[in-house]
Order: sequence, then structure tokens, then C-alpha cells
Amino acid sequence: MLAGEEGEVVAKMMRLLVRLGDVYGADRMLPVSSVQVSGVSYKSIGDPGLEFLQDFAEKGARVRTLTYLNPAGMDLEDWRDMGIGEEFAARQQAIIEAFRQMGIVVTATCTPYLAGNLPRFREHIAWAESSAVSFANSVIGARTNREGGPSALAAAVTGLTPNYGLHLDENRRPHYVIDVQADLDYVADFGALGHVVGKEVKNRVPFFTGIPEATTDHLKALGAAMAASGAVALYHVEDMTPEAHLMETDGLEPLTIEQHHLQDAYDALTTGQEPDVVITGCPHASLRELMDIARMVKGKRLRKPLWVCTSRAVKETAQRMGLVEDIVAAGGRVVADTCMVVAPIENLFSTTAVNSGKAAAYLPGFCKQQVVFNNLRHLLEEA
Amino acid sequence: MKARAIYPGEAEGEALVSPEPIGFYGGIDAATGVVIEKGSPLEGECVKGRVLVFPCGKGSTVGSYVIYGLQKNGVAPAAIINRETETIVATGAILAGIPCVDGVDIEHISSGDTVRVVAGEREAEVILK
Repeated sequence: MLAGEEGEVVAKMMRLLVRLGDVYGADRMLPVSSVQVSGVSYKSIGDPGLEFLQDFAEKGARVRTLTYLNPAGMDLEDWRDMGIGEEFAARQQAIIEAFRQMGIVVTATCTPYLAGNLPRFREHIAWAESSAVSFANSVIGARTNREGGPSALAAAVTGLTPNYGLHLDENRRPHYVIDVQADLDYVADFGALGHVVGKEVKNRVPFFTGIPEATTDHLKALGAAMAASGAVALYHVEDMTPEAHLMETDGLEPLTIEQHHLQDAYDALTTGQEPDVVITGCPHASLRELMDIARMVKGKRLRKPLWVCTSRAVKETAQRMGLVEDIVAAGGRVVADTCMVVAPIENLFSTTAVNSGKAAAYLPGFCKQQVVFNNLRHLLEEA
Repeated sequence: MKARAIYPGEAEGEALVSPEPIGFYGGIDAATGVVIEKGSPLEGECVKGRVLVFPCGKGSTVGSYVIYGLQKNGVAPAAIINRETETIVATGAILAGIPCVDGVDIEHISSGDTVRVVAGEREAEVILK
């Protein structure tokens, strides 16, 4: 591929992977069977990104493995209802069109594993969005580094990724034992826990004890928050995640998380008072979360707008189940393909209430929002 | 000076040296090649055809696309010399096909020097004229 027998685009992408492999000390290339590309929102990549992607698609870039996208900057169908301008929408659609031309599945979600792109245990993959990377490594036990937009695209076009980092057994071992002595009742509690632990362990691997029960929704929130406050791409939970029983924890640095640590996180992440809007679905809401939300708001009339962000795939199932109807009847909306972090919500709101530790960490910087961080039950009672 | 090749090629030009890291996204205008970052030691300078010398990249990963855009718009630097090329600049230089080397003691180069970069697949040389 490097020699150019498969064209200029493949040669360039191969060179990129070889060079990144050199930098990180990779000994060889690994075949990948699943890719997720980031750098999709026009708000994030702007005209330079759009022009590059169009150019690459025109030069014949084609993917050779199952490839999904990170969330876009708007709902690709109902963008007008979100208050998105014509100009932004046209450029966002052009980005999606370039990806479609490359053969990428234009499902734009941070939860590809809930929308038809599900790797298996120990499968080598190249994913980009930090919470998806964390979920794939930790909960599924697949293997991926946190790819950038171009390196994920290179993996998709070549079907390869350099063998380094979290593809190797030795880098999947834990560095800290986190003993949780706090109540974890809500998704938001897992976000608060993740916020505290991510700050503490930065880009290392934590091993949790004291989490007797958690759903995949809880684990998705935990991983997302740790990847936002730190750069955690892999964690283990005793008796829960698939590699935990393989890990040696004797002699690791211990860290105890108590109730007051979680309260500190709630306090630190809450920077505003009176929210203009409640937004949930960071990472994208699962069908179970949509069912819970629909149950909570059914028959009510919310005084504040509610946005539930999810993938197109989950939204379509929720529509079939009448869940979207229930949420809309209460004054909310179900937004697909995008989320509050990558959409230009700063044009619409100034204070946003969230139940996501990740969104709470990013909204002040990315979307100039003041934040109210609490559990969804509480936020919906107040709304 | 010996260097490590990030992207191969040969180029010669007038050095433009920033002692500070460069953030390409929001830092350099992809249409004109002019440095627009407020407070940058290179603010107002144009990178077109120059040998751009700086310690490393910084800021948004979209910077890789800006480097590509500079090349596409015909206003790219002739070559890039870094103390250490991180992934943003490496990715941009490779996508754009701009000769790029690192592992260079950049204090030895001053703006205005004529510099020649000769980069092979792995090894490279920086020649001050």
C-alpha cells in the first residue's frame, strides 16, 4: 500500500499509520474490523476539515471495514427544529456527504455499540470518540487506542492500525485500585464518580472495587466522565468487566472514594442556577434510558424544554414504541445524530441542566454554558 | 544537523522561526498562510514558501486539516522543522506531503537564515547556508 499500487490516498493513509506506529514504537500493523471516525461536527472541524474530507472523497478514498461516525453538529433530519441556520446545515450535510461517498455508514453516534457496530471481546478496532473507546475497551474487552479523526480514517481506508498502546496486554494492566464507599443510585452518580477518578488517575488505568451492581448505562456514564476529566481509555470493575479477573491488583496505589467526594463533584460541576433547558443523552441515550424518561414525563407538561440525545437507530425504535410521542407530548424532543457538546447550543441557551459528568465538564468550555449537574429524576421534577 | 524524517522530501527556503509552539487551527489562515494568532511571535508573517521552524504543535487536532488546507491553497511552508513533531503536525505534514523533520536543536536557526532540508524515509539532514 505504501508504494502507491493502491493509489495516492491509500499510500498517504498508510504512511500516516506507519509514522504514527514509529512514534509510538509499534512492531507491526494489525487488521481492524471496526472503525469509528471523529471530527464530524462542522462546529468542530470547520471549513478546513470539510475541504479536506471533500478532497479525499473526490480522490477516491474508500473504506474497507465497517465504519461509523461520531455525532454531527445537528440532527441530520430535524435540524430546523433545533434552531440551526441554513449555512451551518449546508456545510454539515456536505461533510456527511463526503463520508457517505467514502462508504462510511453515516450513523453519527458516540454509542456505535448500541446502533449496530458491536465488536467482540479482544477484537482489534480503531475508534475515536473517548467514551466509545472507554466502553469498547472496558465493558466489551475489545482493543482500541483513542484515535484522532485522520488516524481513524486511515484505519478505515487501509483496514489496519499500528500495534501499540491498548492493543498490547501489558498496557491493559491497572495502576490504581479505586475502592468505592459511596451510594451509586443514578446515572449521574456514576458520572460524579468518573469525574473524581478521572481527575485523579489522568491517563492511567483504574481498577474499581465496591461497585456491586451497574447497568451498561451506568458504565457508559462512568467511562465517559473519566475520559472527560482525565484521559482514561480503559478501566476494570471487579466481578463485572471481562478482563478484571485477569488483573493483578496487589501493591497498586489505593484510592478510596466516599460520599463526600461525589458531593464535591456535584458542587464543582454545578456552575449555574436556573437552567434554560434540560439535556440528557451524553453519551447517547440507550433504549432503556428512553423508556425511563418516557415513563417519568408521561402525562406531564414540562415548563422547560427537554432534549434527549440519541442515535438515529435508537430513536427509530423509540418512535415505534411510542416513547418519542410521550416525550414530545410533555414538551420535550428526541434529538438524533448529535448532542449538546458538538451542536452550537450556545446560540440557544446559556444555562443547561445535565445528568452527565462528561457534558457537565465540557459545556462551559465548548458551548459557553453555565451548568446544573444533578440526577435526571431531580432535574425533571424541577423542569 | 542530523534529524529524524517525519515526511520525506527536499526543500530550501528562508527560515521563519517561532520559539513558541504553533496552533494551526485559529493560528494560521489556511487561505493566505498568514499567522493570525494574537500575541504569537510570528503574528502577521506569511508561512508561504518559508521553512517553518518551531518547537512543536499545540491546540486543536483540526490543525492537521489546516496544514493540508495551506498546501491545497498554495500557501504552505516549503518544509517544517521541529524540536519534536507531535501527532497534529505529523498528521498534517503527511496528509499535505510537506517535508517535515524533528529532533533538531532549533535554537541554532534564526529567522532569515537560508535553510535546506533533506529528508529520506527515516533519516534527515538540516543544512544551514
